[in-house]
Amino acid sequence: MSRTALLACGGGLIAAALYPLLFGGSNYAVNLGFLVLFAAFLGQSWNIAGGFAGQMSFGHAVFFGTGAYASTILHVSHGWNPWLAWPVAIAAGAAVGAGIGTLSFRAGLRGSYFALVTLAFAEAFRILANSVPFTRGGLGMLIKSDPHPANLQFRDPIWFYYLALVLCVLSLALAWWLTRSRFGARLAAIRENEDAARALGINTFREKVRVLALSGALCAAGGTLYAQKYLYIDPSIAFGVDKSIEMLLVSMIGGAGTIFGPLIGAGVLHFVSEVTRELGGALPAIKNAQPLALIVYGVILVIIVGYLPDGSMGLFRRRRALPQGQGHA
Amino acid sequence: MSPDIIFAGVVNGLMAGGIYVLVATGLTLIYGVLHIINFAHGSLLMLAMYAVFFLFRPPLGLDPYLALPLVTAGAFLMGYVLYRGVIGRLSHGRDENILLITLGLSIVADNVALFLFTGDTQTIGVAYAGNYISLGPALVPLPKLISFGASMLICALLGLFMSQTDMGKAIRAVAKERQGARLVGIDVENIFAVSYGIGIACLGAAACLLMPFFYVSPSSGHVFVLIAFTTVVLGGMGSFGGALAGGLIIGVVESLAGLQFGEQLGQLGIPLVFILILLLRPTGLFGRQ
Repeated sequence: MSRTALLACGGGLIAAALYPLLFGGSNYAVNLGFLVLFAAFLGQSWNIAGGFAGQMSFGHAVFFGTGAYASTILHVSHGWNPWLAWPVAIAAGAAVGAGIGTLSFRAGLRGSYFALVTLAFAEAFRILANSVPFTRGGLGMLIKSDPHPANLQFRDPIWFYYLALVLCVLSLALAWWLTRSRFGARLAAIRENEDAARALGINTFREKVRVLALSGALCAAGGTLYAQKYLYIDPSIAFGVDKSIEMLLVSMIGGAGTIFGPLIGAGVLHFVSEVTRELGGALPAIKNAQPLALIVYGVILVIIVGYLPDGSMGLFRRRRALPQGQGHA
Repeated sequence: MSPDIIFAGVVNGLMAGGIYVLVATGLTLIYGVLHIINFAHGSLLMLAMYAVFFLFRPPLGLDPYLALPLVTAGAFLMGYVLYRGVIGRLSHGRDENILLITLGLSIVADNVALFLFTGDTQTIGVAYAGNYISLGPALVPLPKLISFGASMLICALLGLFMSQTDMGKAIRAVAKERQGARLVGIDVENIFAVSYGIGIACLGAAACLLMPFFYVSPSSGHVFVLIAFTTVVLGGMGSFGGALAGGLIIGVVESLAGLQFGEQLGQLGIPLVFILILLLRPTGLFGRQ
């Protein structure tokens, strides 16, 4: 990392740490900050498999939901402390990732077929969560409110903000490591040309299973955090297609396969949300503004895939010389 | 389960399967000719179902079956324009990019519907919805029987169109060998747009046949997109016979799974079939390995 990049990252981190104080800790600002960081974190989990390794998934909610349900079941039904249940949930996400990866990549599924099979896995998990007794089916699971740091529940939302900030920074560090490490280089080779990567002696199957497990672990960590913040999950929240699409959008809009892409995408996403909400408040004719934001994202997605395959990060990158091997065609 | 119940389950499954055949025929045609995985398929079906719903409502009060030619033609036009305006221009390069473009279109379509029509589920109350026909020990709602018969008829007509007309032959020529078709003077871009239009027209017809016994909501697209993909991969991507067999099999699987495992768990049948086919036999039941 160059000095300027280091300074910029340090400055960004300090700004993010001071952000809640700037707004006097107003709940609105803090919650908005949480949503951006949380979406960026989930988007980064998608980006690690979908961007860096080119294994695009339409069903990442399968990991999010696994994490949310694993910790909530351990906590609510078995009395575990959520801090202890969290690593188990992360391991469960990794296991589901490794399982889906092993099955799909063993069968040679690539590209669109891999995307579609992940969608089907998420749907299968949603239906199972709706049907089996230990998830309480469609009723969902309620976590008893008992705000105390030892319970991974906080009265002041500022602590969830900082928790999301820590996770987000860790995920950024992981993404940065992927641009530097041999593992990351192998993933880039797989993304650019899988057959060539295999011809170079890369065990593409093993690397792809690994990256999906890593991505699943990260996403599951987000699932637990979601459950602990909102104290309620149900099969549609946890495994619904909307969650999968949101992770994909955040990453694609910001720039798949870039370190800061998901963070930028999450910022854009929530900026558009706020603007449409304001619009909805200003114009009484607009009854529900939420869909407007999603319409905008859908259009942005089409434009980005059609014209800017590097995402909005590509706008910046194209001005400089393209570093070898990082281009995305 | 008694044989009578199983028989009734199979008959009802076949009836539902008729619609799946029609929806999947559109999807498989688009795949076979354009090599596009049209993720917007479910969402476009949802929009067509809303069109049927609003045509039925006052002031027009148009019966869904009478609306069929109109909605089918409208859907064709929409597909043609969508291809010319968006998909054909932007869908280049990797197949994932095309999948993402059609995903973007489906997000837009779903949320336009949510914005304009709210999230409520809508049904139309046609007078004949409660009429039942008995086929042996099975009781079949009249609209389902009509939808099955009409779906088969439309698929047969489409088959005739593909084998007998010049346009149909041109479409098949493009599907088999694009460069060759271009060399003999076929306007390939036009064939792409027409094929996409026909694929969406199938959805228009399916929407008219569905609405007398089914509901529509902005998330209806999600319900159908996985069913349509399951049907198509089961029969083999791009194969018409495969879509026919696949649709009927999926209908029966869904119906029997519902009987055996209940309404909730029975839904597992479709994603499970989809996963198993992709993992074990990605060319489909009837495709060549």
